[in-house]
Order: sequence, then structure tokens, then C-alpha cells
Amino acid sequence: MRKPYMHSLQRSVGTLLMVTCCLSARAELVIEITKGVGQRTPVAVVPFGWEGSGAGAPLDIAGVIAADLERSGRFDAVDEISMLQKPTAGVDVDFDDWSILGVEAIVVGKVTQTGDNAYSIQFQLFDVFGKQQLVGYRMPASRGTMRSAAHRAADMIYEKLTGIPGVFGTQVAYVTSQGQGAGKTYTLVVSDADGENENTIMESRDPIMSPAWSPDSRRLAYVSFEGNQSGIFVQTLRTGNRIKVSSLPGINGSPAFSPDGRQLVLTLGGVDGNLDIHTLDLNGRELTRLTTDRAIDTEGSWSPDGREIYFTSDRSGGPQIYKVSASGGTAERVTFEGSYNARPRMSPDGKKLALVHLDRGNYRIAVLDVETRQLLVVSAGSQDESPSFAPNSDSLIYATRQGRNGVLETVSADGLVRSRLAAGQSDVREPVWSPFPLF
Amino acid sequence: MRNSTLALMVLLALAAVGCSKNTIPDPEATTAGSEVGSDTSTGGYGDDGLSGGEFVDNDLLGPDGQMGMIIYFDFDQSELRPEYTDLLSRHATHLANNPGISARLEGHADERGSREYNIGLGERRSQTVRRMMLIQGASANQISTVSFGEERPASTGSDEEAYSLNRRVEIKYTQ
Repeated sequence: MRKPYMHSLQRSVGTLLMVTCCLSARAELVIEITKGVGQRTPVAVVPFGWEGSGAGAPLDIAGVIAADLERSGRFDAVDEISMLQKPTAGVDVDFDDWSILGVEAIVVGKVTQTGDNAYSIQFQLFDVFGKQQLVGYRMPASRGTMRSAAHRAADMIYEKLTGIPGVFGTQVAYVTSQGQGAGKTYTLVVSDADGENENTIMESRDPIMSPAWSPDSRRLAYVSFEGNQSGIFVQTLRTGNRIKVSSLPGINGSPAFSPDGRQLVLTLGGVDGNLDIHTLDLNGRELTRLTTDRAIDTEGSWSPDGREIYFTSDRSGGPQIYKVSASGGTAERVTFEGSYNARPRMSPDGKKLALVHLDRGNYRIAVLDVETRQLLVVSAGSQDESPSFAPNSDSLIYATRQGRNGVLETVSADGLVRSRLAAGQSDVREPVWSPFPLF
Repeated sequence: MRNSTLALMVLLALAAVGCSKNTIPDPEATTAGSEVGSDTSTGGYGDDGLSGGEFVDNDLLGPDGQMGMIIYFDFDQSELRPEYTDLLSRHATHLANNPGISARLEGHADERGSREYNIGLGERRSQTVRRMMLIQGASANQISTVSFGEERPASTGSDEEAYSLNRRVEIKYTQ
């Protein structure tokens, strides 16, 4: 990973003297702060300038960037009211003024209209103390793509400041349920990572479960109970076309795409109800059985190199995580701490395994370091479930409870930064983070 | 959540619990269905199941007045409690005597823990009931199983009472 230019999560202490005296001891501050909670780097994202017809740009790009950086939990965006000046280009930035505010980085930019529905977005990121530009970028956009461009800018700014690729341009899929009893409806939804642009993918009176993204973000696999039996569908998002890929007698469940997008791992129960892990080739429809144990073997997911399948099995008495070679073989147990470990999901960098762990009577999200075997509990609820890594391996999204309803939370993989997504009226569950968008 | 919405949800929850008599039901309680009578036509799948025979054992009616039964399970268990054996064998005999009718066994689990694993727990319970019915004379092609895991709770609470109402298999007659 690239070494970040500004690797400090310094708390703004408000005085120039305090900040400059600590510059030389920056390394020590880093160690302190990463142990703390709520230490945010102060940044200023100045409202972008506008050159074009009409009162202003079609989108407040600075607002989207500021909200993205804030939502990451690592940054504190200065309010517009506190801004003494509002430069739109580097040449106009007076660094000393911004230092007084305690701001460590500043983003300035402008939107220029170049055609009827054509714009040019330019932004610059500056290090306030070093008085240097860290990144400058210009990109074209239309009204329709402007929000996506703002997220891309936020991703670049985030990566420059933290060394970690941003995930502001990604999407989340999840299931909602509304109503009670016979009137209950279920919806499969895709939205931007910030909750905007919610799109209903599928709606049903019967349960929908276990959405899974294809690696190219174009398809979702999911379980549907339409017709009062479980079946696995793969739906293309752009067209809405869907194919039923598994509807064998008994249980069809728990689909997950292989890293090359060509296969699904899934759970089949058969007439005898012996749940086992299988892989399905999506082209030739060949099924390969990977487990035969009489136990419940389910919740399969792939390692990022496509070689291994992780899954839940209660063959030892209670649910634990196991792994097996994707080409078949003997399963090997992976979790040994606690009486209940289930629903494994590996981080895209292959270093961590997220799972549901029973922690002193509470079902919580835990992260297992694959190398050190350390298990870290990262959530604090009692009914937490369905963890999913962001494509940068740095954050997770999962479902927790707020009263009667399920709500979504994100947490950093080290457990230090947690935030709750706005809860609406529905019961939200089973979030799954999309891969990085392919451009 | 608005108070009126909350009140409605509470009422619905109470109604749901009320239908199940608010405790682990004694299987004898299904005889309350005999007040409904076998010729009550309220629609639904149960009625078609009656057309194959002349006499209906009212003991085979479930709490909703349709042919069926609900079997409850202990925490972390898929073993059948002894008190269900007799009634279950009567359902099995009914199937054995009426090869044209079928039943679907819908397995459920309480909400704790992981969803797809809970599908497995619900299925395990369905299979226990299925095996019992096959031993008692029903044929394999008359019985299908499905598991809804925690997705279709009978009770929406998060306490032990709600959990005990959700760990169940529902026998539903289909055509």
C-alpha cells in the first residue's frame, strides 16, 4: 500500500503554536491517535465555483465530497460559515488563514459548463501546513454523471490523505421488509453507498434472502421464496432480466459468486434435507458437491484467489467456520474461539474473515485475522448479522437492530470507527457491499 | 415511529400471540377446531383436501380451523417432543389413507443468529416431522418440505416467549 502523505489523524487543537510544535513529533501522535476513538482530521471542502448558465451548478459537489469524508468517520469537514474566504483555485488559497482554523487539508474546485449537458469539474487538494498541492484533477461530466464524479473526487482525496482507496463510488444491495403477516412485502434494493439513488430490483410477497454481487457489479444473485419454495435467481441489474439457476427439491440457498464470476457456491438440501455446499458452473450448469457431512453445511463464500470456499458447519456440535478447496477435499476448521461462529466473508485483500460470533450471549460481528488468528469483535449489538466487506477491505457493513427494525451500520475493520446509516420506516437486512465500479 | 403505528403493531403482535394462546400450546387445544366443523367453507387449501374423504377427524384441524398442525420445538432442538406423537401419527395415517392428498411441512427457527444457518435449523425440524410421518405410513411423494428459517416468524417479539412460538413446523395440506 502506498504510504499516505498525511498519515496523521490529528485532532484539531485550534492553535497554530500547538500544531507547529508537534510537527516534528508526528510519528508519536499517529500511534496515540489510532488507539483513540473519534479523532478526526479537520479538512475544508470549499464550495466549488461555477461558470455557466443558470444560478449555479447542477450539483453541490463540495457538499457531496464533504459528506463522504465525514461519513468515513476519519474527517471533520469545516462548516461553510467558518470559512473566511472561498477560493476556487489554488492560487487564491491563503494557507495561513486556514492554519488558524486548524484545518490540515483544503479542497477547492470549480464546475465549468462546456455544452448543453456537458461540464468540466476541476478540483485541487492542498496540504495546509506544507502549502503544497497533493492532487489536482479535471474530469468531464453530464448532469446525470455529476454525482458519480463527485464521489470519484472524494475517493481520490481520501486515498491521498489516508493511503486507503475510497469506496464512496460504490453501491450497497440489501433487503427490506414492510408490513406484517399476510400483507408483508419484501424488496431487494440497490443504492449508492451514501444511501442515495435507491432502486428497487425486485419486490415480492415471499421472502427474499442472501443477495450477492457479481464481480463486475452487473448482476445480483439472491434467494427467492416465490411459489412457497426456495430458488436461486441471477438478475442483470441494467435490464432486470433474471434467470432461475437453481430450484431443486428442498433447500436452494446461500449463493455467492466466484471471483471470476463464472461460478456460484450455493447450498442444496435435497429431499432429505441434508444441507451441503455445492458449486454451480453458470455456463454449463454443472454442479459439483463439496461437502457430504450430515451436518448443516451452508453460507459458503470464496477466498479472493478463488481457491477455497469458506462455510458454516455444525458438524462439531454448533456452528463454526470451515474451509475446503474449491476443487473438493477435506474441510478444515477455521474458528476455535466461542460456541457459535457463522456466515464467513473474506476481505478482498485476503487478510481478514468477517463472521457472526456469539459474544457472551450477544450475536456480534467479529473479524478474524487470517495470519495471527486473532478474533476481534467489532460491533456492539445483540442481533448483529450479515457482515460484508467494502472493496477496500477497510470497512464492513452489517445489519443490527434499532427497536423492532433492522438498520445498517458500517464499521472500520479495526472496530474503531462506527456509524449508523439513516433508518427509515422499513426493516432493513442483509446488506452487501458492491465491488469497485469498473470504468 | 408514530404512536398510532406503534399501537397497531402492538395490536397485531398481540393478536398473533393470542391466536397461539400465549403459551406453548397443548396439542389437545387443536380440538377447539372441532367447534368450527368440517363443513365450514372458508376457502383455502384445506378444503380441497377434504373432498377425497367423507369423514374428517376434527382433531386434525389446526388453530386456524384448517386441516393442519403446528409442532413446537425446544431451543437448539429438532427432536420431537413426545406429546406430539399421537396427533402426528393421525395426520400420517390420514395421508396414508388418502394417497391423492399431499402435505407441505414448513420449518421455522427463532431469529437468533445467522439467517441461512437458521434455514438449516428449520429444515432439520421439517425433516424430523417428515421422517416420523413416513414411518407412520405416509408416502414420500405426499410430503414436501420447505424451510423459512427466521423469515416468517409467528411472533415478532425478541424474548423467549416469542422465540418459543417461532421454533415450529407447520403442517399444511396442499392439493
